[in-house]
Amino acid sequence: MKSITRRRLLWSVPFATAAVAGGGFWAMLSGLKSGKFDPHEINTPLLNRPIPEFHLDVQPPGMVFNPIILRQINKPILLNFFASWCIPCLLEMENLQKLSSQIDIWGIAYKDKPENAENFLQRNGNPYRYLGNDLKGSVGIEWGISGVPESFLIMPGGMIRWHYPNPLGEAAIHQIHSLLRKS
Amino acid sequence: MRLKMVLTMIMGLTFSFSAMAVSSPDEMLPDHHQEKRAELIGSKLRCLVCQNESIEESNAELAKDLRKIVRQHVAAGESDHQIMEWMVARYGNFIRLKPPFNKLTLLLWGMPFLALIFSGMFIWNLIIRRPSPQTPLDEKEKHRIAELIKDE
Repeated sequence: MKSITRRRLLWSVPFATAAVAGGGFWAMLSGLKSGKFDPHEINTPLLNRPIPEFHLDVQPPGMVFNPIILRQINKPILLNFFASWCIPCLLEMENLQKLSSQIDIWGIAYKDKPENAENFLQRNGNPYRYLGNDLKGSVGIEWGISGVPESFLIMPGGMIRWHYPNPLGEAAIHQIHSLLRKS
Repeated sequence: MRLKMVLTMIMGLTFSFSAMAVSSPDEMLPDHHQEKRAELIGSKLRCLVCQNESIEESNAELAKDLRKIVRQHVAAGESDHQIMEWMVARYGNFIRLKPPFNKLTLLLWGMPFLALIFSGMFIWNLIIRRPSPQTPLDEKEKHRIAELIKDE
């Protein structure tokens, strides 16, 4: 009798494993579907940490900035990496223009020639209060970006509060507003 | 003769797989030993654009930049660990193709051992702990069988 219960118990192990694995996969797939789980997401280690050190070149028509100026802000700002060669950045511009009346946006032209980025801003409007150029992409690496556009919400004192590695849409703007209300 | 051909083909395939670095000659470090080290470090770093390729395999711009940075750090005499930490500080553990062992990855790393233990238990039960061979009939049973046969 004892050996039979043992045997049954042992037989149930593979089924239990399959059930647990199935449950796990189900959770993963439903998360993928609802957008709560994204295995491609790059969770930046910079969140809730001070801004990194970086050096930007001049990007007309704006005033250039550096970490010292960025740390001295007394209200939250949005830092936005963009490029004239980047189509999603073009799509994002309209939202950035709208947003620029509510929050200061500082721009970094990523892997872009200054004259190309300047033309881009002349054609599509310039929502940026400060501008910098990162021709070699080394500033982008300091900030851990993997492409453009990417945006960071920076709090007074230079703390990184929020990161968004996609063009800003309705949902992202909503997130920014709720973070601004909290601050 | 044919065997030799097949062998050559297999060898060719193996080598084509191992020659993964896309580094063009101008990207490479002049010191052969340092270049090998840089390639090894690069093969452990995920390209964040293509995600399932290492930066040594990927042709993305970002991978190219990261390859360059790895080589700069190697040339500056930094240890593998220091270079890894530099990358993780900017891109998180996601940049490691091999996840580190910590609380979050305990199950991931422990899974092979769990599988080994469970399958071992299963096999042990199946083979070693077979039901014991049948015991010979005792007197009472022999008597009963004899009676049954007699009735036939």
